[in-house]
Amino acid sequence: MRLEPRAHAPLAIRLLAPVGAVVAALALCALLVAWTGAPVLRAYGLLVEGAVGSRFALTETLTRATPLILTGLAAAVAFRAKLWNIGAEGQLYMGALAAVVLGGELLNLPAWAVLPLALIGGALAGGVTLLGPAVLKVRFGVDEVVTTLLLNFVVLLLVSMLLEGALKDPMGMGWPQSAPVVEAAELPKLIERTRLHVGLLLALGLAVILWLIDTRTIWGYENRAVGANPRAAAFAGMPVTRVMLRTALLSGGLAGLAGAAEVCGLKGYLTLDLSPGFGYSGIVVAMLAQLHPLGVVGAAVFIAGIFVGADAMSRAMPVPNYIADVLVATSLLCMLVAGLLARYRLRRS
Amino acid sequence: MEIAQDILNILLSAAFWTAVLRIATPYVLGTLGELVCERAGVLNLGIEGIMTLGAMAGWMAVYQGADLWTGVLVAAGCGALMGLLHATLTVPLGLSQHVTGIGITLLGTSLSYYVYRLVLPQASTPPTITPFQPLDLPGALAQTPLTYLAVLLAGVVAYVLYRTPVGLAVRMVGENPAAAEAQGLSVTGVRIGAVMAGSALMALAGAFLTLSAFNAFFFNMVNGRGWICIALVVFASWRPGKALLGALLFAAFDAFQLRLQQIAGGVLPYQVFLMLPYLLSILALVLVARRASYPRALMIPYRKGER
Repeated sequence: MRLEPRAHAPLAIRLLAPVGAVVAALALCALLVAWTGAPVLRAYGLLVEGAVGSRFALTETLTRATPLILTGLAAAVAFRAKLWNIGAEGQLYMGALAAVVLGGELLNLPAWAVLPLALIGGALAGGVTLLGPAVLKVRFGVDEVVTTLLLNFVVLLLVSMLLEGALKDPMGMGWPQSAPVVEAAELPKLIERTRLHVGLLLALGLAVILWLIDTRTIWGYENRAVGANPRAAAFAGMPVTRVMLRTALLSGGLAGLAGAAEVCGLKGYLTLDLSPGFGYSGIVVAMLAQLHPLGVVGAAVFIAGIFVGADAMSRAMPVPNYIADVLVATSLLCMLVAGLLARYRLRRS
Repeated sequence: MEIAQDILNILLSAAFWTAVLRIATPYVLGTLGELVCERAGVLNLGIEGIMTLGAMAGWMAVYQGADLWTGVLVAAGCGALMGLLHATLTVPLGLSQHVTGIGITLLGTSLSYYVYRLVLPQASTPPTITPFQPLDLPGALAQTPLTYLAVLLAGVVAYVLYRTPVGLAVRMVGENPAAAEAQGLSVTGVRIGAVMAGSALMALAGAFLTLSAFNAFFFNMVNGRGWICIALVVFASWRPGKALLGALLFAAFDAFQLRLQQIAGGVLPYQVFLMLPYLLSILALVLVARRASYPRALMIPYRKGER
């Protein structure tokens, strides 16, 4: 048996790949659920019900999907250009940090400017955070995987330091949390009496814009060319270094915006548990979407549903909610295999 | 002057060097593990998750009544299995080593937390075991057996890599897989074996944390040590001796900042000191990046008969 590249992968196969991967992951994780003694089908039934079974569940899933769309896009644009940004988690916190500073009472910015400044500032902070490793990569040849990973820890310590120091909420009863942002810095709610906020529309809009850039502009063409073969792109006269740095700013910016939107749309203040690993889950989202900006939306809603549904399920059954994390990790590995089968065919040699 | 005196006192105390060897142990084991994988041409970003799984599995085995050395073996076995998974996906299937590695890390970590919570649903304070005790030796030599094992393994890895046919095969598939194939070696087989062995070493690094350094399993206890090991491999230019040295150097710095924190703690927030190891790793990468001599076939999948 050997693998032979497909000359052309039909759309049906490319759409089927993530579905197959998810089914495989659910089947594998059924073993872990069965190990607890809980009935597997009922457990998965509760998971689905908890994710999309009611109006409340649905809005919760979409609220959870908002940062995942943004971090998923962050991973997708970076991986497209073969910039291995594993630091979205840190960039997200930098964005949240900027939003909390710009949107706080301390600076007292004019009411009409505070929300746009908080969001743009958040995106910029995230972008600049990734620019560092990207410069080290193009200038000194330092592998960006390790530097972005290590920076995640540095950023978290920085946030922890500021939350216990300069940014600490004097009314916070001693908890390490920032003072809330001013009212004008809050993103409006999308539906009354739910947690769903306008950040979702922002994320959806950005997914469409990125898709248009990717398919309709020279920028997108250069990004893809550099990702596919940097040397060939350089021979064709493309500014490889500039494309890399541009991609870094964009990718980090999207992750930073995710943090800013969580602060302005959902939490209102910053704590050390703002993100339950949105940066890392974003990688899974991007891979399930096969790095396609519109696919990211679907994949993000799916992953968000798993997390929200597993929380609901674990309240009713003795299955730890970490099953969601296992499902997400297994989906990623299954998706890698499914992607291979979509790109290649098995031939008897 | 007072500070200079303080620093000198730190460096002269036996307690400091005891701490250095203890802190270095997981880095030595993890760096050796990553080194073996990379020498065979496979980047293993699963290290963070494999260390977590090793820490959990080793501890859980002992908590369920096994003796400490059985716990060590269980951890190593779990590590080897994760290595087999990583190798299956990246070697014969040739999938992206970056993304697969991240997937392995996510899987190892989440699986550890899931199993831990499943067995101990309502543990507010983590239950403990009786860990390895330090040997009855004077001064800084009073270490637990796993620390001695780590130093010993650095020698073993160096010997096997440079003095045995097995090591030659590993280095060959990492440098020039086509030539290895021409010699009649199975590139796939050697790479899978190396990744499994390396991953077992990573799991030992994790097991040291729960069976020697502490006596319980905490969430987030690996805390980026795996990523630092990856930086240390580059810093050590893929040589076991230098890896041992690099890990010791790094640990000395870490132990030093812990002591410094106690002296200068009032002046700077403690987080600044905790950042230093990560920043130091990045700095080390920048310093050696230009002259780093990567194994030539690192991260390049090999398919028989293709060029």
